[in-house]
Amino acid sequence: MKARLKVWRGVDAAAGHFESYDVPFEPGQSVLDGLRWIRADRDPSLAIRFSCINANACKECMMEIDGETVYACTVRLEPREMVLKPLHNKKLVRDLVTEIAPPAERFKG
Amino acid sequence: MTMRARAEPKAETMHVETDVLIIGSGGAGMYAAIAAARAGAQVFLADRSLIGRGGATVMAQMTVAVALGAETPDHWSHHVADTIRAGRGLTDERLARLLCEEGPGCILEMDKWGVGWARRDGHIAQAFAPGHDRPRCAYVDFLNTGPAVSKTLRTVVNKTSGIHKAGDLLVVDLVRHDGEVTGAVALHLASGAPVTIAAKATIVAAGGLTRLYRRNSASANMGGDGYALALRAGAPLIDMEFVQFFPIGHLAPRLIGMDPIMWDPFRYKLGGRLLNADREEFTGRYGTREDGKYVITRDLATYAIIKEVEAGRGSPHGGAYLSFEHCSADALREAFGPVIDRLAANGIDLTRMPVEVAPIAHYHMGGVAADARMETEVPGLLVAGEAVGGANGANRLSGNAITEALVFGRRAGRSAAERVHGRRHAFDAADARSTIELVEADDGADLNTAAMIQTLQSTMADDVGPFRTKARLTRALATIDDLRRALGERPAGDGKPFDMRRIEWLDLRNMLLVARIVARAALLRSESRGAHQREDFPGLLPEWQVNQVARLRGDDIAFASVPVMAEAAAQ
Repeated sequence: MKARLKVWRGVDAAAGHFESYDVPFEPGQSVLDGLRWIRADRDPSLAIRFSCINANACKECMMEIDGETVYACTVRLEPREMVLKPLHNKKLVRDLVTEIAPPAERFKG
Repeated sequence: MTMRARAEPKAETMHVETDVLIIGSGGAGMYAAIAAARAGAQVFLADRSLIGRGGATVMAQMTVAVALGAETPDHWSHHVADTIRAGRGLTDERLARLLCEEGPGCILEMDKWGVGWARRDGHIAQAFAPGHDRPRCAYVDFLNTGPAVSKTLRTVVNKTSGIHKAGDLLVVDLVRHDGEVTGAVALHLASGAPVTIAAKATIVAAGGLTRLYRRNSASANMGGDGYALALRAGAPLIDMEFVQFFPIGHLAPRLIGMDPIMWDPFRYKLGGRLLNADREEFTGRYGTREDGKYVITRDLATYAIIKEVEAGRGSPHGGAYLSFEHCSADALREAFGPVIDRLAANGIDLTRMPVEVAPIAHYHMGGVAADARMETEVPGLLVAGEAVGGANGANRLSGNAITEALVFGRRAGRSAAERVHGRRHAFDAADARSTIELVEADDGADLNTAAMIQTLQSTMADDVGPFRTKARLTRALATIDDLRRALGERPAGDGKPFDMRRIEWLDLRNMLLVARIVARAALLRSESRGAHQREDFPGLLPEWQVNQVARLRGDDIAFASVPVMAEAAAQ
């Protein structure tokens, strides 16, 4: 089975583009599993952030999937095209990574 | 381009100054920050992920071992005796004593801060866990110990003045001057720029190394960074061959939104039955009959499951079945409340089906050598939590990890505050130059760093797992050497914001160093003890009742054996 992940890429929120990846999966796997497969097997430059991988504890993998704000570790891969975008209401860092830390917990140089 | 970029200095490096730098904001780092700030020190709490959300603490489901005597009479000396017994002759008794003696104080302080320990008849409930001589383990329902501990500490950190927090800051190297640690160089992930931090004391609280393994139960940010930072700064590591595997990590069916060690609390409360492919209980074949209770220790359960799989009696995905089919729906609901609904959302009904479990990398007993003040051999460098080696010897008891995070964190914070009192900064920017240059480099090879990490994780899981042989360890070291050569000296990536290839290159620099030490230490220890089992040297040998100490000598690692630290030696 394959899912097609259409992923927003870029470092400038005004000048991004989409790239599509066909991702193999078994039912039950998460979108984060698919993104990790892309990084190891297709394109290691894709920027995503996660730490707990699976436990919904770190809250880092927040993004927009098909227009909804969700955690990529708890959304299941489906055998169709899924559109992945960075959070639109947070400052873009790169690709699917946005500035999600509370302001008081960010480094200020 | 490359030449020009290297010849022309980049923009001025961002720089901050603090009394105490703490690297890692899990339980140990946050408790250290609170203790140091309360003692009057200015604290800079850095984490490569979000503050208080990465690391191992937030992932802990249960339990916290502590001699409160709330359930049955207890004394910390009984907890020490159990900890030493579990450590199979290698426990540093000074550290074990500190852990057990000060544990109750930290647990009660956490209670005052509102963590919400589960209660029974008005007292803090204490569950029995294998290896303890009596019920000793506090917890927060349901499967919520780690998240509750993290959240409580985050709240207290936020309320404590004098703590500056900086997430998304990856410390790349410690900086030294005249043999003392004087601060650090970090990569600011959001910009890709280097940052220098001047500190009068630095506490490494970056956790263990479970990310070296394919299947693990901690966060992806625990790849041995703390060990590598300390080692490169001149501090020795001890007991690096002792990696603890958790026997019943979730294997199948695929579960999302839940931690793979979630089945342990089910076993504490309901027993559960470990079954092979023929649906027979099998642990009796390896020395411990369970009869529906949870009595088997972690090392023996790991052994029993791996041997059943090798004998062709494993479950379809290569583990064992764990069954609660004998429990009623009501009993399951009473013990686990909303967790039952989360399982249902994953298609799992425990009253009619078993799940599959298998050993998973869980914790590291080894770490940075430290004294009972949490000070290392290197002035200005302290450690806390899982980053510390020795307190748990060759095998850790259930429940000791959160306790050591809290106790060692508090102690490290206090010691650091004492050190910085009246001290001046000794940081010299010249000492930071080579690391800054590494962070800013733009001449690295085009590497698939994500695939390289997977290769390392597979090698460690297959060849440096719980059961080891000379042949497999030698093969692993060859693979690690190949990866080191492929990694090269200059970082991959473009150095722009959140450059995963650069982050992973820097991670691999640490992971490969630490993996090499684990495999080398395991190859040298020609016996079996606790979590280190050599199939080619099956017995425990009295002459190996020593700690192996590793130091960096140029590019090489030098090992020495030293006598185990007894409590008397500490007086």
